[in-house]
Amino acid sequence: MAMITADPKDVPHVAHFAFTPEYLAKAKALMANYPPGRQASAVIAVLDLAQRQQGWLPRVAMDEVAKLLDMAPIRVYEIATFYTMFQLKPRGKYLLQVCTTTPCWLRGSEAVMKACQHAADGETFSVQEVECLGGCVNAPVVQINDDFYEDLDEASIAKVLDAFRRGETPKPGPQVDRQTSAPIGGATTLKGE
Amino acid sequence: MLSDKDRIFTNLYGVHDWHLAGARARGAWDNTKAILDKGPDGIIDEMKKSGLRGRGGAGFPTGLKWSFMPKEVKDRPHYLIVNADESEPGTCKDRDILRHDPHLFIEGCLVAGFAMRANAGYIYVRGEFYNEAQNLITAVREAYEAGLLGKNACGSGWDFDLYVHRGAGAYICGEETALLESLEGKKGMPRLKPPFPAGSGLYGCPSTVNNVESIAVAPTILRRGATWFAGIGRPNNTGTKLFCISGHVNKPCNVEEEMGIPLRELIDRHAGGVRGGWANLLAVIPGGASVPLLPKSICDTVLMDFDSLRDQKSGLGTAAVIVMDKSTDIVKAIARLSYFYKHESCGQCTPCREGTGWMWRVMERMVTGNARIEEIDALEDVTKQVEGHTICALGDAAAWPIQGLIRHFRPEMERRIRARTEKLAAE
Repeated sequence: MAMITADPKDVPHVAHFAFTPEYLAKAKALMANYPPGRQASAVIAVLDLAQRQQGWLPRVAMDEVAKLLDMAPIRVYEIATFYTMFQLKPRGKYLLQVCTTTPCWLRGSEAVMKACQHAADGETFSVQEVECLGGCVNAPVVQINDDFYEDLDEASIAKVLDAFRRGETPKPGPQVDRQTSAPIGGATTLKGE
Repeated sequence: MLSDKDRIFTNLYGVHDWHLAGARARGAWDNTKAILDKGPDGIIDEMKKSGLRGRGGAGFPTGLKWSFMPKEVKDRPHYLIVNADESEPGTCKDRDILRHDPHLFIEGCLVAGFAMRANAGYIYVRGEFYNEAQNLITAVREAYEAGLLGKNACGSGWDFDLYVHRGAGAYICGEETALLESLEGKKGMPRLKPPFPAGSGLYGCPSTVNNVESIAVAPTILRRGATWFAGIGRPNNTGTKLFCISGHVNKPCNVEEEMGIPLRELIDRHAGGVRGGWANLLAVIPGGASVPLLPKSICDTVLMDFDSLRDQKSGLGTAAVIVMDKSTDIVKAIARLSYFYKHESCGQCTPCREGTGWMWRVMERMVTGNARIEEIDALEDVTKQVEGHTICALGDAAAWPIQGLIRHFRPEMERRIRARTEKLAAE
């Protein structure tokens, strides 16, 4: 089983965390999605907001989430260490989540992983091996922050990373000439209309 | 081959507008009130007659599942829960529904929710699908603004609220009771059944968990009639199905096809054939990572539906077809899946928590042949000790790929062991 942990020496001390008014409003709106008394249902969503605001999840942020949702702090720590998308230590500006599960591996994720590891400096890029991202017909896939970059190889991931380095945001999706999940060269179905 | 007029997902590839106007132009939300006027029992009957079997992997009849919900709402509200935690390796079909045809799906949520007498529904979307969830949230808002959701949805007199809930990375939350735990704000650890969700699900209330595709096809079935849907495919394996073809094919893709299409035709017609030609095929995993692989000899003739693949000791699962050509290190391909299950085990049941790690470590040794021949039997024996001895099916899912490998590629495993032993003896 996977347990999300961070070496204490990699975790800087953060003394205080408070939601900004914008993030607090978003949190309250998400909490309203659940019946009265069931606000704990929003814990993943509110932790995600805390992580978006801070860039990662220091313990004081988890405590703030616990307070907001009226949960015991340990229940929030349990969530933050169970779900792989929570980052318990600071990361680079761009998090490269490289899928290496069998469908991506069959199509060359090892070379893509190497390129990402090479680029990872902890400041601009951090890299993380992840399990199936659910974009298998566009393998290999790398998720960079919220976006999927698909149909990658050693050359195209290098191009994508270079663009980020220059401060651009390369176009997400397939990095070859193709319409989303349709076959390369054009769809075999739905050709009417 | 299925003709375009019988395809349900007409915007599968996102060529057209996914917003409300575009979806309406393609036929979504067309007189939904008339569907709801059939009443819950009428809808469930029609769904049963269509023969639709759940598209999330298990293939349980959808209409029957809906009928398990209590016939009247008493002290506890009913909930529709949709499993959009798509994470079975090889599977990426629900992603296309969420991002390219969200309205078709949302209409399905209303119809399904109404049929099970639920006034609220939650859609659990895997956390990594951030952009897909944003499309879905936007589409839900459009539906509210047009009076299609909310109070008196579609003028039916039924109130229905729909919420999008994002996960945060955990394959196990695709298991329905783990999903419910996660939705309640806990770790995604599966619950013992019984009680089944229809009796006690979300917040202890009657709930039914369905896959995205099962829900999204419902409105079209109800508009065009059960007979239409049941007329596609084969008896007990009816309708259309989204297939995901990945791995060593010339043109990996998603495609909607008829249930029961021959595997070879599916690959040749839509995915540009196996890399290097059909003769270069080694094996196929036909239904997502958890189903046993099939060697080429079976792939030559097998049909892609629940019963045909079950007869070959495999399964249709999510219809995620992972193709491997002769260049594949087949033991390594399966060992990687063993690592996946080790990583994703929630750790609740000992046979799975310990077994997945043990099986992965032995599989890694099998890759290099660093084992004894008898250990193949020991490995198979352990897969059987994990299978069926855990709360949920993740233990089974970890066992089956290895069992399939041993069933069809035992000579290759033995060859590696012998080669290494001989090499060591020669040194």
